[in-house]
Amino acid sequence: MSREPAAPLLSARDLTKRYALSAGVFGRGATFAAVDGVSFDVERGETLGLVGESGSGKSTTGRLVVRLEEPTGGNVFFEGQDWLALSGRELARRRRDVQIVFQDPQTSLNPRMTCGAQVSEPLSVQGLARGRDLKERVGSLLAEVGLSADIARRFPAELSGGQRQRVAIARALATRPKFVVCDEPVSSLDVSVAAQVLNLLAELREKSHLSYLFISHDLAVVSRVADRIAVMYLGRIVEEGSAAAIVARPLHPYTAALLSASPETDPARRRPRIALSGEPPSPASPPSGCAFHPRCPIARPRCREETPKLFPTPDGRRVACFFPGELAPGAP
Amino acid sequence: MRDLRVEVPIGGRRVAAVDGVDFDLAAGESLAVVGESGCGKTLLARALLGLAPEGARVSGSISIGGRELVGSSAEEWRRVRGKEIALVFQEPASAFDPVATVGAQIVEAVRAHRKVARSEARRIAIERLREVGFPDPARGMAEYPHRLSGGLKQRAFLAMALASDPAILVADEPTTALDATVAAQVLELLDRLRLGRRLTLLLITHDLGTVATHADRVIVMYAGRVVEEARAVDLFREPRHPYTRALLASLPRLSARTRNAARRFDAIPGVVPDLASRPAGTCSFAPRCPERFDPCDSDEPTLYPAGESIARCFLYDPRLRS
Repeated sequence: MSREPAAPLLSARDLTKRYALSAGVFGRGATFAAVDGVSFDVERGETLGLVGESGSGKSTTGRLVVRLEEPTGGNVFFEGQDWLALSGRELARRRRDVQIVFQDPQTSLNPRMTCGAQVSEPLSVQGLARGRDLKERVGSLLAEVGLSADIARRFPAELSGGQRQRVAIARALATRPKFVVCDEPVSSLDVSVAAQVLNLLAELREKSHLSYLFISHDLAVVSRVADRIAVMYLGRIVEEGSAAAIVARPLHPYTAALLSASPETDPARRRPRIALSGEPPSPASPPSGCAFHPRCPIARPRCREETPKLFPTPDGRRVACFFPGELAPGAP
Repeated sequence: MRDLRVEVPIGGRRVAAVDGVDFDLAAGESLAVVGESGCGKTLLARALLGLAPEGARVSGSISIGGRELVGSSAEEWRRVRGKEIALVFQEPASAFDPVATVGAQIVEAVRAHRKVARSEARRIAIERLREVGFPDPARGMAEYPHRLSGGLKQRAFLAMALASDPAILVADEPTTALDATVAAQVLELLDRLRLGRRLTLLLITHDLGTVATHADRVIVMYAGRVVEEARAVDLFREPRHPYTRALLASLPRLSARTRNAARRFDAIPGVVPDLASRPAGTCSFAPRCPERFDPCDSDEPTLYPAGESIARCFLYDPRLRS
């Protein structure tokens, strides 16, 4: 197995996921793309934020990367290895390196299993620990996420939302993964508790040199936790770059609108709102040309006819717009 | 509203989930009630509409236009709702009958409170849909709720709530289920309705960002009580209660500043006390409070004036100032 030392920890290339449309309306065989040619790299120790609204394909992208679903097309490379070619025991073994934390621990945890059993399950399945050692590992994992050892005997329903999410994180970390997909990990939590969980994720990242794919609808949260941000709209990445550059000067008009919709409590820092008309279209019936054009304040005829490709910019970003940077969100 | 208490049964006893709330609402004003889950804000809103859950006991006073409502019969409440006060909430889908058109349901809402002919009710319904920004109101009438997008569904819900021209609109987390760019549109619509109709708005939300741009005054609730009341500008410029300060600090803000400094959020340690085990005889925020001092653990603070605002915190107790 040859491994390029400089290869990113994880690369997605042209990932595509098509689903069948419900039969009857468009006849058999009609499909639509929930994820449509998505490519990105995540380096070791890096956090890539994946931002978008409902129907943008951000969660599907996360599920494809951890192989909860199989893509229709494209590739994923993990540590330079063809991740999609793995199967059977080899895949089962390698899964320990790639984990996922979901939005709602109420549904992602098994209500009939104690928290201790849920955290120990991946360890015993992977054959990483047994007996006394297993018990100790569970105790130290719970401690790592800021929970006391007696949580192990409790059931998810007995815990608060924040505690449940900590258990879900402990479970994801049990096998010492290198890469964790966090899919809206704090969206169901109150702000004060969300802040605690975000701090925990940051600490764990530093301590264990983790890489995250951090999926969220909340650009404010992502701007704080991610090194780089990829903005998705209707199954595609429309802009990608360093978090600092994107927040300071978005190039895609959709990014600019998202930034301006982000709530700001300090009047001195409030940006003028860019009002978008309409709502995100359904992936099942995407508009022609640039998918954003029906809502775009600066759309021209060309945008209706031609689909802009992601192209690199001089400052190291990628953007899919014929008129990048034209719609400025205004100085904060 | 005066000394409103909503007691709910928990484990064989009654606990005050809303514990002595006072506020005034002026015509045309927008008052936000902010707090995290379990603070009592939703129960408060339901009590205001006579919709407190089964088994809950509501006491104190709610008066609208000088008329006392606590103790009203179900029939009296039904008349008040819709006519004087209406409700929209997070999940518009559950407000509609899935098998009737949006138009039929708004027409019915109009006729529930006004003796008008069907054709006149239909004209009013179309007018309401236009008012809430339906692109094609006449066609919108014929749509079924599930066929509408999230944003349009919430607009249709608003149109139905406005069917009989209520004076007060209670909006309980009206944009929480919507995408950011769509939520912004609905909030702007609420602002427009307030101005256009002199509608009084009670906005129930967990989102301080929404409050900052869409409320005149704010009530912050913690563990069933008001801990701070302030004009919105004052609340954000100079939050008085330590809980308000901590809540504001924990809010994720956009940051172009990178790396490690930005990654730390000012979290509030601990958790909101649950209903059954709220501290009694002390400040309920004391266990999590960074500014806690001697009296906080031995006595219960009341609301004290704090600058232009009022706050339930011993920091502002004039007896302790000297």
